[in-house]
Amino acid sequence: MLEAVAVGKSFPGVQALDGVSLHVAPGEVVSVVGENGAGKSTLMKILAGVQGPDVGTLRLDGQDVRFADVDAAQQAGIVLIHQELNLAESLDVAANIYLGREPRTAGFLNLVAARIYDDAEVFTRRLGLDCSSRTRVSSLSLGQRQLVEIARALSLRSRYIIFDEPTSSLTERETARLFDVVRSLKADGVGVLYISHRLHEVRELSDRVVVLRDGKNAGDLKREEITHQALVQRMVGRELKQFFHRQHRTGTDNSQAAPLVEVRDLRWSPKQRDGISFDVRAGEIVGMAGLMGAGRTETAEALFGLRRRASGTIKIAGREIAPKSPRDAVDEGVALVPEDRRAQGLVIDFSIRENISLPSLERMQHLSLVDRRAESTLANDSCTRLAVRTTDAEKAVGLLSGGNQQKVVLAKWLARSPKLLILDEPTRGVDVGAKADIYALMDQLAGQGTAILMISSDLEEIMGVSDRVLVMHEQRLAGELPREQLTEQAIMHLATGGTAS
Amino acid sequence: MKKLIGLLLVLIVLYGALITMLPPRAIGQNNFNLARRVGQYGIISLGAGVLIVSGGIDLSIGSFIGLSATVLAVGIQRKGWSPATGIAAVLGLGAVVGWIHGMLVTKAKLQPFVVTLCGLFIYRGLARWYGDDSNAGLGSEHETFRRAFSKYEFAGLPVEFWYLMGAVVVFGVLLHRSTYGRYLFAIGSNELAARYSGIRVDRYKIFAYMLCSLTAAFFSIMFLADSNSVQPSSTGSLIELYAIAGAVLGGCSLRGGEGSVAGIVLGTAILFVLMTTVFVAGVSDKLEYTAIGLTLLVGAMLDEFLRRRGTAVRKA
Repeated sequence: MLEAVAVGKSFPGVQALDGVSLHVAPGEVVSVVGENGAGKSTLMKILAGVQGPDVGTLRLDGQDVRFADVDAAQQAGIVLIHQELNLAESLDVAANIYLGREPRTAGFLNLVAARIYDDAEVFTRRLGLDCSSRTRVSSLSLGQRQLVEIARALSLRSRYIIFDEPTSSLTERETARLFDVVRSLKADGVGVLYISHRLHEVRELSDRVVVLRDGKNAGDLKREEITHQALVQRMVGRELKQFFHRQHRTGTDNSQAAPLVEVRDLRWSPKQRDGISFDVRAGEIVGMAGLMGAGRTETAEALFGLRRRASGTIKIAGREIAPKSPRDAVDEGVALVPEDRRAQGLVIDFSIRENISLPSLERMQHLSLVDRRAESTLANDSCTRLAVRTTDAEKAVGLLSGGNQQKVVLAKWLARSPKLLILDEPTRGVDVGAKADIYALMDQLAGQGTAILMISSDLEEIMGVSDRVLVMHEQRLAGELPREQLTEQAIMHLATGGTAS
Repeated sequence: MKKLIGLLLVLIVLYGALITMLPPRAIGQNNFNLARRVGQYGIISLGAGVLIVSGGIDLSIGSFIGLSATVLAVGIQRKGWSPATGIAAVLGLGAVVGWIHGMLVTKAKLQPFVVTLCGLFIYRGLARWYGDDSNAGLGSEHETFRRAFSKYEFAGLPVEFWYLMGAVVVFGVLLHRSTYGRYLFAIGSNELAARYSGIRVDRYKIFAYMLCSLTAAFFSIMFLADSNSVQPSSTGSLIELYAIAGAVLGGCSLRGGEGSVAGIVLGTAILFVLMTTVFVAGVSDKLEYTAIGLTLLVGAMLDEFLRRRGTAVRKA
């Protein structure tokens, strides 16, 4: 049994963990849930030896243990599989699995023994990774890479494996396979700690759920007690009446209005057989569903001038636009909240104020000098309007939780009052409270006549928020579903290559 | 802010040490010489610093100074240009060279290190070819030109120092108050996010390369006015390293997105006070480079230490 007893950890200015306890037995799957900033990741890092606790103890099989580093934890049989995978992409699968502990041969020459390839395949095959152990990691999909990490954990004879949001970038099929792997690990007596924001996964996999809130334990649920409502309630400490509250918007029925955005025959590669055509009306939220790699992000990039178009026209309010750069798109009233918040959405070292004003700076200058007062006003107003949880707008945006960071990205674009707002996975890695705020804001924007295109892999989200859903499959539009016909089955049917009936 | 106070303290301590080692009557002359060198080198450190903030680097500064000084001297001395024509010519040359660097980096997507390393070789060769590999100078003519860029004094300090003060104001406003500066910091911190925010990234990067080469051209003008002698094969050699060292010592991160005008000037001042101190202290001047290297190393280690503490806070 692996236990954390009354563990506390603080960073300058933040009490990340405050007397948290948790245990996991061999052959048990325990999920850890909580809003961002609840302390899940910190707790997992402490268990895996990445950081030491300030107070409290770790116990392994009843013995107090202290891990000096990750290596010590791995020796003890505990491995953390990070959300961002830590693989050497230019090396092959086997080299990654045995990195740093390669069996050697040829005496002083220290050549890496060739048997690592066969040895590695014992583990990869067990996980259903259908590629040679000589394959370079860079040519694998994200799901396959994750299996390589798990194979590495297995080869270390790990007794406890910690998964940190493992499915956040996997396809449905890869997710299903990962679940099979987790179940087989469980059957083999491995203890699994599983962090996820996706509550239905938690419900499906877990023997027990530990809920954290603000660095403290906020409840344990046994398998039979796990319901969506019960989890959310403990995570946020309040009852959410309805998770997705789609308000009836002002100016409501736009279904007869002329489309604000018209996309016709859009292609970004000459290899695409069919161009993509769709409309978005003012005040409408159109969801775009599909599996990873179906071409959803590519569509967004083409609309935002990030990707060269091979064919097609884009019209906004009847006028054709031909964006060759994000700058052109922004000038035409298009805004994009990108998929990767930290890499594409934010300058993480900048303050909240500087991030929010970045796309609007040219409107807040006199002779190229930044009008600090206008900038601060904009930032403070945005923080209030979007309920960004922060002491003030001068705080570095990197210090905020994922949900609040996402609100800052939204605030950047609200200041430009876009005609078309494209959101790519707007609530990935966002906690429940902030999610509700983001949905409410989308609703409000739509009410003011913004055309919204929302790309999402989260079916609950797609179904809860969209007025209409476009489903992509293999770089083409597989079909369109009006709100009345929205069911998970209907979406998945189209997304997996089924034809519209 | 803490970084600036730290740099200022280091400068005061070093300068205090220097003063105590000097005979009292030498202090005035020493201050004058220091102000001249800090003035000259501070300007190129500012140019290099702005470029470094945007995530770029320029290794060709020294060679370009060699080329630019050669063109200026040869033009005036052998081709009969007026100094004004010469100045316009080298500033124009600086703008063009910087523009080419920027285009190669942004449009041809070459690495800044590679582009400017090529420049380092190309400009040195061009300098030797254009200057016929022989010394060039202005002789005893063009006193006005030499006064304007070196010999003139104001308030007991050489004109180079006052040029630097002017540059500090211009660069300070540019980097810390204008949209240009904000964009350069954004690009240096996260180019992708800057592009996604609708910033014309390429344009601002090219602008930074042009500024850097322009300051190098300006340095060559001050250099010719001061020394009155240009050796096409060696003038300016290694100066890029002083420029980069001053900027880095002053808190610019080669990762981009970090640095300040005040820091760059303090860094340059520390560099030259340190060199003088080493010399006055009687340490073999052969160890001058070693002293610079060690100072930079300690500075980099301190910076890294502070940065890590910073990220530990951020991850929380």
